[in-house]
Amino acid sequence: MNTQAIRVIYKYEMLRAWETLLQSFVSPVLSTSLYFVVFGSAIGSRIQQVEGVPYGAFIVPGLIMLALLTHSITNASFGIFFPRFTGTIYEVLSAPISFVEILIGYVGAAATKSLIIGLIILATAGFFVPLEIAHPLWMAGFLILTCISFSLFGFIIGLWADNFEKLQLIPLLVITPLVFLGGSFYSVNMLPPAWQTVTLFNPVVYLISGFRWSFFEVSDVSVGISLFMVLAFLALCLLVVGWMFKTGYRLKQ
Amino acid sequence: MQAIISVSNLSKTYASGHQALRDVSLEIAPGEILALLGPNGAGKTTLISIVCGIVNASAGSVTVGGHDIRKGYRVTRSMIGLVPQELTLGAFETVWNTLCFSRGLFGKKPDPVYLEQLLRDLSLWDKKDNVLMSLSGGMKRRVLIGKALSHEPTVLFLDEPTAGVDVELRKDMWALVERLRQSGVTIILTTHYIEEAEAIADRVGVINKGELLLLDDKQALMHKLGKRQLIIELEAPVGELPESLDTWKLERSSDGRQLVYTYDPHIDDTGINGLLQAITESGLVVKDLQTTQSSLEDIFVSLVRADA
Repeated sequence: MNTQAIRVIYKYEMLRAWETLLQSFVSPVLSTSLYFVVFGSAIGSRIQQVEGVPYGAFIVPGLIMLALLTHSITNASFGIFFPRFTGTIYEVLSAPISFVEILIGYVGAAATKSLIIGLIILATAGFFVPLEIAHPLWMAGFLILTCISFSLFGFIIGLWADNFEKLQLIPLLVITPLVFLGGSFYSVNMLPPAWQTVTLFNPVVYLISGFRWSFFEVSDVSVGISLFMVLAFLALCLLVVGWMFKTGYRLKQ
Repeated sequence: MQAIISVSNLSKTYASGHQALRDVSLEIAPGEILALLGPNGAGKTTLISIVCGIVNASAGSVTVGGHDIRKGYRVTRSMIGLVPQELTLGAFETVWNTLCFSRGLFGKKPDPVYLEQLLRDLSLWDKKDNVLMSLSGGMKRRVLIGKALSHEPTVLFLDEPTAGVDVELRKDMWALVERLRQSGVTIILTTHYIEEAEAIADRVGVINKGELLLLDDKQALMHKLGKRQLIIELEAPVGELPESLDTWKLERSSDGRQLVYTYDPHIDDTGINGLLQAITESGLVVKDLQTTQSSLEDIFVSLVRADA
Protein backbone atom coordinates (compact mmCIF):
# COMPACT_ATOMS: atom_id res chain seq x y z
CA MET A 1 0.00 0.00 0.00
CA ASN A 2 1.24 3.49 -0.88
CA THR A 3 0.84 4.96 2.61
CA GLN A 4 3.03 7.91 1.73
CA ALA A 5 0.54 8.95 -0.96
CA ILE A 6 -2.42 8.57 1.39
CA ARG A 7 -0.54 10.67 3.93
CA VAL A 8 0.19 13.55 1.52
CA ILE A 9 -3.36 13.64 0.12
CA TYR A 10 -4.75 13.62 3.66
CA LYS A 11 -2.28 16.26 4.84
CA TYR A 12 -2.88 18.46 1.80
CA GLU A 13 -6.65 18.35 2.29
CA MET A 14 -6.36 19.07 6.01
CA LEU A 15 -3.97 21.92 5.27
CA ARG A 16 -6.59 23.44 2.98
CA ALA A 17 -9.08 23.48 5.85
CA TRP A 18 -6.47 24.96 8.17
CA GLU A 19 -5.71 27.75 5.72
CA THR A 20 -9.41 28.61 5.61
CA LEU A 21 -9.83 28.31 9.36
CA LEU A 22 -12.62 30.85 9.67
CA GLN A 23 -14.69 29.26 6.97
CA SER A 24 -13.92 25.69 8.00
CA PHE A 25 -14.28 25.70 11.76
CA VAL A 26 -15.33 29.08 13.12
CA SER A 27 -18.34 29.50 10.83
CA PRO A 28 -20.07 26.26 11.99
CA VAL A 29 -19.64 27.35 15.60
CA LEU A 30 -21.22 30.72 14.84
CA SER A 31 -24.16 29.22 12.94
CA THR A 32 -24.76 26.64 15.69
CA SER A 33 -24.78 29.38 18.30
CA LEU A 34 -27.35 31.23 16.21
CA TYR A 35 -29.51 28.10 16.05
CA PHE A 36 -29.36 27.87 19.83
CA VAL A 37 -30.34 31.52 20.18
CA VAL A 38 -33.27 31.17 17.75
CA PHE A 39 -34.49 27.64 18.45
CA GLY A 40 -33.23 27.11 21.98
CA SER A 41 -34.17 30.45 23.47
CA ALA A 42 -37.05 31.70 21.33
CA ILE A 43 -38.86 28.42 20.65
CA GLY A 44 -37.45 26.60 23.68
CA SER A 45 -39.15 29.09 25.99
CA ARG A 46 -42.51 27.89 24.61
CA ILE A 47 -41.69 24.16 24.33
CA GLN A 48 -40.30 23.15 27.70
CA GLN A 49 -39.60 19.49 27.04
CA VAL A 50 -39.82 16.92 24.24
CA GLU A 51 -40.18 13.32 25.39
CA GLY A 52 -38.77 14.30 28.76
CA VAL A 53 -35.71 16.08 27.35
CA PRO A 54 -35.32 19.88 27.67
CA TYR A 55 -35.91 21.36 24.20
CA GLY A 56 -32.52 23.12 24.08
CA ALA A 57 -30.74 19.82 24.67
CA PHE A 58 -33.15 17.88 22.41
CA ILE A 59 -32.07 19.78 19.31
CA VAL A 60 -28.32 19.25 19.89
CA PRO A 61 -28.06 15.88 18.03
CA GLY A 62 -30.07 17.32 15.11
CA LEU A 63 -27.86 20.38 14.92
CA ILE A 64 -24.73 18.24 14.96
CA MET A 65 -26.16 16.02 12.22
CA LEU A 66 -27.11 19.06 10.14
CA ALA A 67 -23.53 20.29 10.29
CA LEU A 68 -22.00 16.84 9.80
CA LEU A 69 -24.02 16.06 6.71
CA THR A 70 -23.56 19.38 4.96
CA HIS A 71 -19.86 19.69 5.83
CA SER A 72 -19.02 16.06 4.99
CA ILE A 73 -20.60 16.46 1.57
CA THR A 74 -19.15 19.89 0.88
CA ASN A 75 -15.62 19.00 2.04
CA ALA A 76 -15.42 15.74 0.14
CA SER A 77 -17.09 16.96 -3.04
CA PHE A 78 -14.90 20.07 -3.25
CA GLY A 79 -11.78 18.04 -2.40
CA ILE A 80 -12.06 15.90 -5.54
CA PHE A 81 -13.93 18.37 -7.77
CA PHE A 82 -11.31 21.13 -7.49
CA PRO A 83 -8.39 19.08 -8.88
CA ARG A 84 -10.70 17.87 -11.65
CA PHE A 85 -11.69 21.45 -12.38
CA THR A 86 -8.12 22.79 -12.42
CA GLY A 87 -6.71 19.73 -14.20
CA THR A 88 -4.28 18.87 -11.40
CA ILE A 89 -6.01 15.50 -11.03
CA TYR A 90 -3.60 14.25 -13.72
CA GLU A 91 -0.95 14.00 -11.04
CA VAL A 92 -3.04 11.70 -8.82
CA LEU A 93 -4.10 9.57 -11.79
CA SER A 94 -0.53 9.13 -13.01
CA ALA A 95 0.85 8.27 -9.55
CA PRO A 96 1.40 4.70 -8.35
CA ILE A 97 -1.66 4.82 -6.16
CA SER A 98 -4.74 2.61 -6.14
CA PHE A 99 -8.28 3.95 -6.16
CA VAL A 100 -8.76 2.67 -2.61
CA GLU A 101 -5.79 4.73 -1.49
CA ILE A 102 -7.14 7.80 -3.29
CA LEU A 103 -10.44 7.26 -1.50
CA ILE A 104 -8.83 6.86 1.91
CA GLY A 105 -6.87 10.08 1.42
CA TYR A 106 -9.70 12.31 0.22
CA VAL A 107 -12.64 10.81 2.13
CA GLY A 108 -10.54 10.31 5.27
CA ALA A 109 -9.63 14.00 5.31
CA ALA A 110 -13.19 15.15 4.63
CA ALA A 111 -14.54 12.84 7.36
CA THR A 112 -11.90 14.07 9.82
CA LYS A 113 -12.82 17.70 9.17
CA SER A 114 -16.51 16.93 9.69
CA LEU A 115 -15.74 15.00 12.84
CA ILE A 116 -13.81 17.97 14.22
CA ILE A 117 -16.72 20.26 13.34
CA GLY A 118 -19.15 17.85 15.04
CA LEU A 119 -17.07 17.81 18.20
CA ILE A 120 -16.70 21.60 18.16
CA ILE A 121 -20.48 21.97 17.87
CA LEU A 122 -20.96 19.48 20.70
CA ALA A 123 -18.60 21.52 22.86
CA THR A 124 -20.34 24.75 21.82
CA ALA A 125 -23.71 23.23 22.74
CA GLY A 126 -22.31 22.50 26.18
CA PHE A 127 -22.10 26.26 26.79
CA PHE A 128 -25.81 26.72 26.09
CA VAL A 129 -27.47 23.64 27.58
CA PRO A 130 -26.51 20.96 30.12
CA LEU A 131 -25.58 17.84 28.17
CA GLU A 132 -25.25 14.23 29.21
CA ILE A 133 -24.40 11.47 26.79
CA ALA A 134 -26.06 8.22 27.78
CA HIS A 135 -24.10 6.01 25.39
CA PRO A 136 -20.80 7.70 24.46
CA LEU A 137 -19.54 4.77 22.37
CA TRP A 138 -22.74 4.63 20.32
CA MET A 139 -22.58 8.41 19.94
CA ALA A 140 -18.98 8.19 18.69
CA GLY A 141 -19.94 5.30 16.40
CA PHE A 142 -22.84 7.18 14.83
CA LEU A 143 -20.70 10.29 14.53
CA ILE A 144 -17.86 8.50 12.74
CA LEU A 145 -20.11 6.38 10.51
CA THR A 146 -22.10 9.44 9.45
CA CYS A 147 -18.93 11.41 8.70
CA ILE A 148 -17.53 8.59 6.55
CA SER A 149 -20.80 7.76 4.76
CA PHE A 150 -21.62 11.33 3.83
CA SER A 151 -18.04 12.13 2.90
CA LEU A 152 -18.26 9.18 0.52
CA PHE A 153 -21.52 10.61 -0.78
CA GLY A 154 -19.83 13.98 -1.21
CA PHE A 155 -16.97 12.30 -3.07
CA ILE A 156 -19.53 10.81 -5.47
CA ILE A 157 -21.04 14.27 -6.02
CA GLY A 158 -17.56 15.70 -6.59
CA LEU A 159 -16.94 13.12 -9.30
CA TRP A 160 -20.39 13.53 -10.83
CA ALA A 161 -20.50 17.33 -10.90
CA ASP A 162 -19.08 19.02 -13.96
CA ASN A 163 -19.69 22.55 -12.76
CA PHE A 164 -19.94 24.50 -9.50
CA GLU A 165 -23.73 24.69 -9.68
CA LYS A 166 -24.10 20.91 -9.64
CA LEU A 167 -21.64 20.77 -6.79
CA GLN A 168 -23.97 22.86 -4.62
CA LEU A 169 -27.21 21.40 -5.96
CA ILE A 170 -27.58 18.32 -3.75
CA PRO A 171 -26.32 19.79 -0.44
CA LEU A 172 -28.58 22.82 -0.78
CA LEU A 173 -31.67 21.41 -2.45
CA VAL A 174 -31.73 17.86 -1.10
CA ILE A 175 -29.71 17.41 2.07
CA THR A 176 -30.64 20.59 3.96
CA PRO A 177 -34.44 20.11 3.49
CA LEU A 178 -34.13 16.43 4.43
CA VAL A 179 -32.30 17.33 7.65
CA PHE A 180 -34.77 20.06 8.57
CA LEU A 181 -37.69 17.71 7.86
CA GLY A 182 -35.95 14.74 9.47
CA GLY A 183 -36.68 15.59 13.09
CA SER A 184 -33.70 17.82 13.81
CA PHE A 185 -35.80 20.27 15.79
CA TYR A 186 -38.79 18.12 16.72
CA SER A 187 -39.78 14.57 17.44
CA VAL A 188 -41.45 12.69 14.61
CA ASN A 189 -44.08 11.63 17.18
CA MET A 190 -45.21 15.27 17.37
CA LEU A 191 -46.43 15.08 13.75
CA PRO A 192 -49.91 13.96 12.64
CA PRO A 193 -49.97 10.17 11.91
CA ALA A 194 -50.03 10.62 8.13
CA TRP A 195 -46.96 12.86 8.18
CA GLN A 196 -45.20 10.46 10.51
CA THR A 197 -45.51 7.77 7.82
CA VAL A 198 -44.26 10.15 5.14
CA THR A 199 -41.34 11.20 7.33
CA LEU A 200 -40.19 7.60 7.68
CA PHE A 201 -39.25 7.72 3.98
CA ASN A 202 -36.69 10.38 4.84
CA PRO A 203 -33.40 8.53 5.47
CA VAL A 204 -32.07 11.34 7.65
CA VAL A 205 -34.75 10.53 10.26
CA TYR A 206 -32.90 7.30 11.05
CA LEU A 207 -29.57 9.08 11.44
CA ILE A 208 -30.90 11.74 13.78
CA SER A 209 -33.03 9.26 15.71
CA GLY A 210 -30.16 6.89 16.38
CA PHE A 211 -27.81 9.71 17.22
CA ARG A 212 -30.35 11.27 19.60
CA TRP A 213 -30.87 7.89 21.27
CA SER A 214 -27.16 7.76 22.09
CA PHE A 215 -27.60 11.05 23.99
CA PHE A 216 -30.98 10.74 25.70
CA GLU A 217 -32.21 7.17 25.10
CA VAL A 218 -35.22 8.58 23.24
CA SER A 219 -35.73 7.83 19.56
CA ASP A 220 -38.31 7.94 16.79
CA VAL A 221 -37.27 4.53 15.41
CA SER A 222 -35.34 1.72 17.03
CA VAL A 223 -31.58 2.19 17.28
CA GLY A 224 -31.01 -1.11 15.46
CA ILE A 225 -32.88 0.17 12.41
CA SER A 226 -30.94 3.44 12.59
CA LEU A 227 -27.63 1.61 12.61
CA PHE A 228 -28.75 -0.64 9.76
CA MET A 229 -29.75 2.38 7.67
CA VAL A 230 -26.40 4.11 8.22
CA LEU A 231 -24.51 0.95 7.31
CA ALA A 232 -26.74 0.37 4.28
CA PHE A 233 -26.09 3.92 3.07
CA LEU A 234 -22.36 3.42 3.61
CA ALA A 235 -22.45 0.18 1.60
CA LEU A 236 -24.43 1.84 -1.19
CA CYS A 237 -21.94 4.71 -1.41
CA LEU A 238 -19.03 2.25 -1.49
CA LEU A 239 -20.70 0.35 -4.32
CA VAL A 240 -21.26 3.51 -6.35
CA VAL A 241 -17.71 4.76 -5.77
CA GLY A 242 -16.37 1.31 -6.67
CA TRP A 243 -18.31 1.40 -9.94
CA MET A 244 -17.09 4.94 -10.68
CA PHE A 245 -13.48 3.93 -10.18
CA LYS A 246 -13.84 0.71 -12.13
CA THR A 247 -15.31 2.47 -15.13
CA GLY A 248 -13.16 5.60 -14.73
CA TYR A 249 -16.36 7.66 -14.65
CA ARG A 250 -15.48 11.35 -15.08
CA LEU A 251 -11.88 10.53 -14.18
CA LYS A 252 -10.40 8.59 -17.06
CA GLN A 253 -11.45 8.68 -20.68
CA MET B 1 19.35 -3.49 -25.35
CA GLN B 2 15.87 -4.03 -23.96
CA ALA B 3 13.48 -1.18 -24.64
CA ILE B 4 12.46 0.83 -21.59
CA ILE B 5 9.10 1.60 -23.21
CA SER B 6 7.41 -0.75 -25.60
CA VAL B 7 4.13 0.21 -27.27
CA SER B 8 2.35 -2.51 -29.25
CA ASN B 9 -0.60 -1.99 -31.56
CA LEU B 10 -2.00 0.77 -29.40
CA SER B 11 -5.37 2.22 -30.38
CA LYS B 12 -7.68 4.66 -28.68
CA THR B 13 -11.19 5.63 -29.62
CA TYR B 14 -12.88 8.15 -27.33
CA ALA B 15 -16.54 7.90 -26.31
CA SER B 16 -17.29 10.63 -28.86
CA GLY B 17 -16.15 8.22 -31.59
CA HIS B 18 -12.98 10.14 -32.33
CA GLN B 19 -10.15 7.73 -33.05
CA ALA B 20 -7.11 9.36 -31.50
CA LEU B 21 -4.61 6.52 -32.02
CA ARG B 22 -4.53 3.84 -34.70
CA ASP B 23 -2.43 0.77 -34.17
CA VAL B 24 0.67 2.59 -32.94
CA SER B 25 3.76 0.52 -32.17
CA LEU B 26 7.13 1.82 -31.09
CA GLU B 27 10.03 1.05 -28.81
CA ILE B 28 12.12 3.51 -26.86
CA ALA B 29 15.63 2.68 -25.69
CA PRO B 30 16.87 3.61 -22.22
CA GLY B 31 18.58 6.99 -22.08
CA GLU B 32 17.44 8.25 -25.46
CA ILE B 33 15.56 11.43 -26.28
CA LEU B 34 12.61 10.83 -28.57
CA ALA B 35 10.74 13.75 -30.07
CA LEU B 36 7.18 13.19 -31.22
CA LEU B 37 6.13 15.67 -33.83
CA GLY B 38 2.66 16.21 -35.09
CA PRO B 39 0.00 18.85 -35.66
CA ASN B 40 -2.71 19.62 -33.09
CA GLY B 41 -4.99 16.65 -32.48
CA ALA B 42 -2.50 14.21 -33.99
CA GLY B 43 -2.64 11.90 -30.94
CA LYS B 44 0.62 12.80 -29.20
CA THR B 45 -0.96 13.69 -25.86
CA THR B 46 -3.26 10.67 -25.99
CA LEU B 47 -0.25 8.41 -26.46
CA ILE B 48 1.54 9.98 -23.49
CA SER B 49 -1.61 9.91 -21.36
CA ILE B 50 -2.10 6.19 -21.95
CA VAL B 51 1.47 5.36 -20.97
CA CYS B 52 1.13 7.48 -17.81
CA GLY B 53 -2.22 5.92 -16.82
CA ILE B 54 -4.43 8.97 -17.33
CA VAL B 55 -6.32 7.57 -20.32
CA ASN B 56 -7.40 3.97 -20.89
CA ALA B 57 -6.34 2.36 -24.16
CA SER B 58 -9.01 0.81 -26.39
CA ALA B 59 -6.62 -1.84 -27.71
CA GLY B 60 -2.97 -2.79 -27.59
CA SER B 61 -0.45 -2.92 -24.80
CA VAL B 62 2.31 -0.85 -23.26
CA THR B 63 5.19 -1.97 -21.09
CA VAL B 64 7.55 0.27 -19.13
CA GLY B 65 10.73 -1.32 -17.85
CA GLY B 66 9.29 -4.68 -18.88
CA HIS B 67 6.13 -4.24 -16.77
CA ASP B 68 2.63 -3.97 -18.19
CA ILE B 69 1.18 -0.52 -17.41
CA ARG B 70 -2.09 -2.06 -16.17
CA LYS B 71 -0.96 -5.09 -14.20
CA GLY B 72 2.24 -3.49 -12.93
CA TYR B 73 1.00 0.08 -12.68
CA ARG B 74 2.74 0.74 -9.37
CA VAL B 75 6.15 -0.09 -10.85
CA THR B 76 5.61 1.61 -14.20
CA ARG B 77 4.18 4.82 -12.81
CA SER B 78 6.97 5.05 -10.22
CA MET B 79 9.40 5.17 -13.11
CA ILE B 80 7.59 7.94 -14.98
CA GLY B 81 7.48 11.70 -14.56
CA LEU B 82 5.03 13.75 -16.59
CA VAL B 83 5.10 17.43 -17.47
CA PRO B 84 1.68 18.19 -18.89
CA GLN B 85 0.96 20.54 -21.74
CA GLU B 86 -1.29 22.89 -19.77
CA LEU B 87 -0.12 24.91 -16.77
CA THR B 88 -2.16 22.74 -14.43
CA LEU B 89 -1.16 23.88 -10.98
CA GLY B 90 -3.00 24.73 -7.81
CA ALA B 91 -3.16 28.34 -6.76
CA PHE B 92 -2.61 28.74 -3.06
CA GLU B 93 0.06 26.23 -2.07
CA THR B 94 3.75 27.11 -2.04
CA VAL B 95 6.33 25.85 -4.52
CA TRP B 96 7.97 23.77 -1.78
CA ASN B 97 4.71 22.19 -0.61
CA THR B 98 3.60 21.28 -4.11
CA LEU B 99 6.89 19.49 -4.76
CA CYS B 100 6.62 17.63 -1.44
CA PHE B 101 3.07 16.64 -2.39
CA SER B 102 4.17 15.28 -5.77
CA ARG B 103 7.05 13.32 -4.24
CA GLY B 104 4.76 11.84 -1.61
CA LEU B 105 2.17 10.79 -4.20
CA PHE B 106 4.81 8.59 -5.76
CA GLY B 107 5.45 6.90 -2.43
CA LYS B 108 8.77 8.60 -1.76
CA LYS B 109 9.67 9.82 1.68
CA PRO B 110 10.54 13.52 2.03
CA ASP B 111 14.07 14.36 0.90
CA PRO B 112 14.70 18.07 1.48
CA VAL B 113 18.28 17.85 0.18
CA TYR B 114 17.21 16.43 -3.19
CA LEU B 115 14.31 18.86 -3.53
CA GLU B 116 16.52 21.82 -2.69
CA GLN B 117 19.00 20.81 -5.39
CA LEU B 118 16.14 20.32 -7.85
CA LEU B 119 14.78 23.78 -7.16
CA ARG B 120 18.25 25.26 -7.49
CA ASP B 121 18.72 23.50 -10.84
CA LEU B 122 15.44 25.00 -11.98
CA SER B 123 16.36 28.46 -10.65
CA LEU B 124 13.38 28.31 -8.31
CA TRP B 125 15.08 28.05 -4.93
CA ASP B 126 14.43 31.69 -4.08
CA LYS B 127 10.75 31.13 -4.91
CA LYS B 128 10.27 28.08 -2.71
CA ASP B 129 7.96 29.87 -0.28
CA ASN B 130 6.00 31.72 -2.95
CA VAL B 131 2.43 30.65 -3.63
CA LEU B 132 1.94 29.25 -7.11
CA MET B 133 -0.53 31.89 -8.25
CA SER B 134 2.13 34.58 -7.79
CA LEU B 135 4.54 32.97 -10.28
CA SER B 136 5.00 33.92 -13.91
CA GLY B 137 4.08 31.51 -16.70
CA GLY B 138 7.71 30.50 -17.24
CA MET B 139 8.19 29.81 -13.54
CA LYS B 140 5.01 27.74 -13.42
CA ARG B 141 6.35 25.70 -16.31
CA ARG B 142 9.53 25.08 -14.32
CA VAL B 143 7.51 24.13 -11.24
CA LEU B 144 5.71 21.53 -13.36
CA ILE B 145 9.07 20.13 -14.40
CA GLY B 146 10.14 20.13 -10.77
CA LYS B 147 7.00 18.24 -9.76
CA ALA B 148 7.62 15.69 -12.49
CA LEU B 149 11.21 15.19 -11.33
CA SER B 150 10.43 15.27 -7.61
CA HIS B 151 10.27 11.49 -7.33
CA GLU B 152 13.46 10.91 -9.35
CA PRO B 153 11.89 9.22 -12.39
CA THR B 154 13.89 7.30 -14.98
CA VAL B 155 11.49 8.19 -17.78
CA LEU B 156 10.31 11.75 -18.34
CA PHE B 157 7.45 12.79 -20.60
CA LEU B 158 7.47 16.41 -21.66
CA ASP B 159 4.25 17.33 -23.40
CA GLU B 160 5.06 20.48 -25.35
CA PRO B 161 7.31 21.81 -22.58
CA THR B 162 8.31 24.98 -24.35
CA ALA B 163 4.92 26.00 -25.75
CA GLY B 164 4.50 29.70 -25.14
CA VAL B 165 7.80 30.27 -23.36
CA ASP B 166 10.42 32.80 -24.37
CA VAL B 167 13.58 31.92 -26.24
CA GLU B 168 15.82 32.17 -23.17
CA LEU B 169 13.70 29.78 -21.13
CA ARG B 170 13.47 27.42 -24.08
CA LYS B 171 17.26 27.27 -24.26
CA ASP B 172 17.39 26.71 -20.48
CA MET B 173 14.98 23.81 -20.86
CA TRP B 174 17.05 22.29 -23.64
CA ALA B 175 20.08 22.48 -21.36
CA LEU B 176 18.09 20.85 -18.56
CA VAL B 177 16.98 18.06 -20.89
CA GLU B 178 20.59 17.48 -21.87
CA ARG B 179 21.63 17.29 -18.20
CA LEU B 180 18.84 14.81 -17.51
CA ARG B 181 19.90 12.69 -20.44
CA GLN B 182 23.45 12.64 -19.12
CA SER B 183 22.10 11.39 -15.79
CA GLY B 184 20.47 8.48 -17.64
CA VAL B 185 16.87 9.69 -17.84
CA THR B 186 14.91 8.63 -20.92
CA ILE B 187 13.02 11.58 -22.35
CA ILE B 188 10.01 11.60 -24.63
CA LEU B 189 8.90 15.03 -25.70
CA THR B 190 6.14 16.23 -27.93
CA THR B 191 6.62 19.49 -29.66
CA HIS B 192 5.41 21.78 -32.39
CA TYR B 193 8.84 23.34 -32.65
CA ILE B 194 10.83 21.46 -35.21
CA GLU B 195 14.03 23.20 -34.18
CA GLU B 196 13.51 21.77 -30.70
CA ALA B 197 13.48 18.23 -32.02
CA GLU B 198 16.38 19.05 -34.31
CA ALA B 199 18.40 20.49 -31.42
CA ILE B 200 17.93 17.88 -28.73
CA ALA B 201 16.36 14.63 -29.99
CA ASP B 202 18.13 11.40 -30.85
CA ARG B 203 15.15 10.00 -32.69
CA VAL B 204 12.11 11.61 -34.21
CA GLY B 205 8.62 10.22 -34.63
CA VAL B 206 5.95 11.89 -36.69
CA ILE B 207 2.31 11.32 -35.74
CA ASN B 208 -0.64 12.48 -37.75
CA LYS B 209 -4.31 11.53 -37.41
CA GLY B 210 -3.42 8.95 -34.78
CA GLU B 211 -0.91 7.10 -36.96
CA LEU B 212 2.81 6.93 -36.47
CA LEU B 213 3.96 7.92 -39.93
CA LEU B 214 7.62 7.63 -39.28
CA LEU B 215 10.11 6.86 -36.53
CA ASP B 216 13.80 7.11 -37.18
CA ASP B 217 17.12 8.33 -35.99
CA LYS B 218 17.20 12.07 -36.51
CA GLN B 219 20.40 12.12 -38.54
CA ALA B 220 19.35 9.09 -40.59
CA LEU B 221 16.00 10.69 -41.23
CA MET B 222 17.55 13.86 -42.50
CA HIS B 223 19.98 11.80 -44.51
CA LYS B 224 17.21 9.73 -46.06
CA LEU B 225 14.65 12.39 -46.65
CA GLY B 226 16.73 15.53 -46.54
CA LYS B 227 17.21 17.19 -49.87
CA ARG B 228 19.74 19.80 -50.76
CA GLN B 229 19.20 22.85 -52.88
CA LEU B 230 21.66 24.75 -55.03
CA ILE B 231 20.71 28.42 -55.27
CA ILE B 232 22.18 30.11 -58.31
CA GLU B 233 22.18 33.89 -58.27
CA LEU B 234 22.37 35.46 -61.70
CA GLU B 235 24.15 38.63 -62.73
CA ALA B 236 21.04 39.80 -64.59
CA PRO B 237 17.40 38.72 -64.30
CA VAL B 238 16.19 36.10 -66.71
CA GLY B 239 12.72 35.82 -68.22
CA GLU B 240 12.02 32.48 -69.93
CA LEU B 241 14.54 29.77 -69.15
CA PRO B 242 16.36 28.26 -72.13
CA GLU B 243 15.07 24.81 -73.16
CA SER B 244 18.55 23.40 -72.60
CA LEU B 245 17.98 23.76 -68.84
CA ASP B 246 14.69 21.81 -68.77
CA THR B 247 16.47 18.61 -67.65
CA TRP B 248 17.23 20.08 -64.20
CA LYS B 249 13.66 21.25 -63.42
CA LEU B 250 14.86 24.56 -62.09
CA GLU B 251 12.66 26.90 -60.07
CA ARG B 252 12.95 30.55 -60.99
CA SER B 253 12.43 33.29 -58.40
CA SER B 254 9.76 35.89 -59.13
CA ASP B 255 12.35 38.57 -59.87
CA GLY B 256 14.20 36.21 -62.20
CA ARG B 257 17.50 36.67 -60.38
CA GLN B 258 17.64 33.27 -58.70
CA LEU B 259 17.44 29.71 -59.97
CA VAL B 260 16.93 26.89 -57.49
CA TYR B 261 18.04 23.33 -58.24
CA THR B 262 16.92 20.59 -55.84
CA TYR B 263 19.07 17.47 -55.79
CA ASP B 264 19.85 14.35 -53.83
CA PRO B 265 23.28 14.77 -52.25
CA HIS B 266 23.69 11.04 -51.63
CA ILE B 267 23.98 9.90 -55.24
CA ASP B 268 27.20 9.99 -57.26
CA ASP B 269 26.04 12.27 -60.05
CA THR B 270 24.19 15.14 -58.47
CA GLY B 271 23.85 16.87 -61.84
CA ILE B 272 25.53 20.06 -60.61
CA ASN B 273 28.45 19.93 -63.06
CA GLY B 274 26.19 19.47 -66.05
CA LEU B 275 23.87 22.22 -64.85
CA LEU B 276 26.63 24.77 -64.41
CA GLN B 277 28.00 23.89 -67.83
CA ALA B 278 24.55 24.23 -69.43
CA ILE B 279 24.01 27.61 -67.74
CA THR B 280 27.32 28.90 -69.08
CA GLU B 281 26.53 27.61 -72.58
CA SER B 282 23.13 29.29 -72.50
CA GLY B 283 24.82 32.65 -71.95
CA LEU B 284 23.59 33.26 -68.41
CA VAL B 285 26.16 34.77 -66.03
CA VAL B 286 26.40 33.34 -62.52
CA LYS B 287 27.02 35.90 -59.77
CA ASP B 288 26.94 33.63 -56.72
CA LEU B 289 26.26 30.02 -55.62
CA GLN B 290 24.82 28.76 -52.38
CA THR B 291 23.63 25.37 -51.07
CA THR B 292 21.06 24.68 -48.34
CA GLN B 293 20.10 21.46 -46.52
CA SER B 294 16.38 20.89 -46.02
CA SER B 295 15.44 21.04 -42.34
CA LEU B 296 13.44 18.64 -40.22
CA GLU B 297 10.59 21.08 -40.59
CA ASP B 298 10.58 20.60 -44.37
CA ILE B 299 10.53 16.85 -43.86
CA PHE B 300 7.73 17.09 -41.30
CA VAL B 301 5.62 19.36 -43.48
CA SER B 302 6.06 17.14 -46.52
CA LEU B 303 5.10 14.02 -44.52
CA VAL B 304 2.01 15.57 -42.99
CA ARG B 305 0.94 17.03 -46.34
CA ALA B 306 1.37 13.67 -48.01
CA ASP B 307 -0.82 12.10 -45.31
CA ALA B 308 -3.55 14.75 -45.61
